[in-house]
Amino acid sequence: MPVEKLTRRQALKMAGALVGAGIASQFVGQAPAASSPPVAAAAATSGKPIKIGFEVHRTGIGAAYGKWYERTTAAAVRLINETGGIAGRPVEIIAEDDGTDPKRGVEVIEKLAQHHKVDFIFGTLFSNVIVANAPRAGELKIPYFVVSEGYHVPSGRLNRYVFQPGITDVRAQVTAVAPWVVKNLGKKITMIFPDYAFGYDHRDFFGTAAKRLGAAVRAMIPIPPTETSFTKYFSNIPRDTDVIYHVMVGPGVLTFVKEMGEYFGTRKPKLFGFIDSLEAVDIASPGLEFLEGTYLWEAFPRYAGSTLTAAEREYRRRVGVDANGASTSDPKDVSAYSHMFGCWETLFVIKAAVEQSGYASPKDYRALIETLERMTVFPEGLQHPQGPKRFVGRLHQVFGRQFISQVQARKLKVVYTAKIEDSLYPPEADYTKHPL
Amino acid sequence: MSLGVRLFLALLEGTVTGLVLGLAALGLSLVFGVMRIVNIAHGAFFMLGAVIAWYVTSTTHSFVLALVGAPVAVAGVALAVDRFVLRPVRYATEATIVATIGVLYILEQLVLSVYGPYARAVPAPIYFRIDFPWFGYSGYKIVVAAAAMLLLAATWWLVARTTLGLYMRATQQNREMAEAFGVPVDRLYACVFALGGLLTAIAGALVVPIQQAHYLMGLDMLLLSFMVVIIGGLGSLGGTLVGALLVGLVDGVVSVFFTPTLARIVASVVVALVLVVRSQGLFGGEAS
Repeated sequence: MPVEKLTRRQALKMAGALVGAGIASQFVGQAPAASSPPVAAAAATSGKPIKIGFEVHRTGIGAAYGKWYERTTAAAVRLINETGGIAGRPVEIIAEDDGTDPKRGVEVIEKLAQHHKVDFIFGTLFSNVIVANAPRAGELKIPYFVVSEGYHVPSGRLNRYVFQPGITDVRAQVTAVAPWVVKNLGKKITMIFPDYAFGYDHRDFFGTAAKRLGAAVRAMIPIPPTETSFTKYFSNIPRDTDVIYHVMVGPGVLTFVKEMGEYFGTRKPKLFGFIDSLEAVDIASPGLEFLEGTYLWEAFPRYAGSTLTAAEREYRRRVGVDANGASTSDPKDVSAYSHMFGCWETLFVIKAAVEQSGYASPKDYRALIETLERMTVFPEGLQHPQGPKRFVGRLHQVFGRQFISQVQARKLKVVYTAKIEDSLYPPEADYTKHPL
Repeated sequence: MSLGVRLFLALLEGTVTGLVLGLAALGLSLVFGVMRIVNIAHGAFFMLGAVIAWYVTSTTHSFVLALVGAPVAVAGVALAVDRFVLRPVRYATEATIVATIGVLYILEQLVLSVYGPYARAVPAPIYFRIDFPWFGYSGYKIVVAAAAMLLLAATWWLVARTTLGLYMRATQQNREMAEAFGVPVDRLYACVFALGGLLTAIAGALVVPIQQAHYLMGLDMLLLSFMVVIIGGLGSLGGTLVGALLVGLVDGVVSVFFTPTLARIVASVVVALVLVVRSQGLFGGEAS
C-alpha cells in the first residue's frame, strides 16, 4: 500500500502553522448554524406574522445561557400567540446561532435582516458580541433588542436602534448592591473579574462606588475568560482583604470557586459574588461546599421563596422551571434564572411598543423607536414577572430590583432586596438626540 | 505574600499542569511518531474521555469505573475512526488532517446535542486538602500529577521493552522495511491510534473532578498539546515530557508574576524559536 511520506520537518511545520494561525480556536465559531422552524400561530391571530430574529448562543462558551434563552423565548412566544399575538398578528421567531463569536454575530445580524427580512432582532447576551453587532444593526437601521448586562447600551456608545428593555445593566446592579457590601462585609476589597469589557464594567463601577462609600479596593485581578486553572491567581490577593468580590463567566467558573475553597480553607475572607459565576450550575455541585454562608447577587432569585408571586409561579410553569430553578424534566439541568427572564420581558416590551406605535412594517421604525423612548414604567405582572421596572428612554435602558442572597444549606436565600431607586445613576447618554 | 511563597506556588502549579499536559499530549506524539499523521481530533478524544467519565460516574457513582470505562470507550471510537476514516484515505498526510478536523466537529457537535452545553463536575475520588502554612492546595491535583507520571513511565516501558513497542519503533524508522519483516502494519496502526485515544481519554477523565466536563474543553488542550510536541519533538516521548513541563512552568511562573496572557505569548514565542532554530523539536530526530 503506497503511503505518502511525511517527514518530521514537514509535519512540524504544518502543526506549527496550525497553532500559529489559531485554527483550532476558530473551528467553533464556524459550526453550522441551524434555523428553527417557525413557531405555530394560534387561531386567535391572523395576518402576516411579525418576524423576530433571535440571535442565540447555541454553541461556544455562551451555550448554557443560550439554551435557556431559547426555552424562555419559546415559552413567551407561545403565551403571546395564545393571547392574540402582537396587534393581532402571530409572532414568528427565526433563531440563528452565533457561536458566541463576534465575527459570526455580525453575519447573523446581516442574515436575519437581509435574508429573512425580520422586523426586529433580539436576544444577544455576551457583551463582546453585542459591541460588534450594534454598529451593523445601526447601519442596517433595524431595531436591535439585547438581553445582556454590560454597560454598553446606557453608556451611549452604541446607536439609536439598540435597546435593552428587559434586563438591568451592570452599572445599575453594582450601584444598587455596593452600599450593602461595604456596610455588611467589609471595607478592604479585592476584585476578581473577567479580563474583557463585561469585567471592566464591574471593575470601574464597583471600584468607584466602593471608594465613594469609604472602602478601599486592595487589588484588582483580571482573569482571561478561557482560563481553566485559577490557583495561581490567588497569591495576588492581599492578606488583609476583608471581602473578595468575584464575577466570572464561562465553563471554568466552577473550578474557580472550588480552587478558591482549596486555597483558603477555613481562613477565608468574606465572599461576595455575582450569580453569573454560577448561572446554569447547581449550587449543590461537588466542590461548592466552600460557598456555604457566602453572598451572591441575583437579578431574579433562583430558588422560589415564600414570597413567590402568582405571576412568577405562572412564568416558572410556562418556561418549565421548578422551585429550585432547574428544568421540570431534569433536576440536573439548572437554568440561567437571573438572566433569561430578560428575553421574556423584552418580548412583551416589543409587543407593547408595536401595539402603542401602530407599527405595521419597517417603514414605521421611527414611530416604534420614539414610542419606546417615551415609555417610563413596566408594571409587575405576568409580562414582567421579575418585578416592576423603570425605563429611561434617553438611555434605552431598563432598571429593576436587585437581590442579594446567601448560600444556606446549599440553596440561595434572599437576604436583601435593593429598590429600583438604589440602582439609578446620573445618565451619561441621550440617544433621543442621535439620528435615525 | 512573600516572593518565595509565590514562586513555590507557581512552580507547584506549573509542574502539576505540565504533567497532566504531558499525558494529554502523549497520544498526539505517539500517533505522529508511528503513523506520521497529525490528529486534529485529539482534542475531541480528550473531551470525550471527560464527558464519558461524567456519565459513568453520575450513573454508577464509581469514579474507578469511569477511569476504566471512558478510556476503553474512547479507544473504541478511535478504532472506528482509524478503520472508517483514516484507512480509506490511506493515511495520506493532508487528507488525514482534513478528515480529523471533520471528526473533531462531529464529536463536538454530537456531545453538544446529547450532553448539552454545561460544565459538569464529579466529586474527586480521593479528596484531601494539603494545608501549607501560607495556602491550601488540592490533594487530588497531586494525585493526578502522580498518575500522569506513572502512565508516562508505563508508556515508555511499552515502547522500549515490549514486542508491540518494537513493532512501533520499527515502523517509525521505516514502514516498508518493517512490513517486509512481517510487522502487521495495518493492525499496528489501529492499535497505536486506539492507544493514543486511550491515553488522552485517561487524561480527560482524570481532570473532570478538577476542571469539569464541557464540550469545548478539547480545543485549548489541542493547542497546548501542539505546543508541547513542537517544543519536545513529535514522536519523542522524552521530548513530550520536557515540552509539557516547560509549557506548564512558563504558564505557572509568568501567570503568577505577570499576566496569564503574557504566559501564552511567551509559550508561543518559545514554539516559534524552536521551529526557527531546531525545527524537529528539542528531542526529535530527522526522519529517515
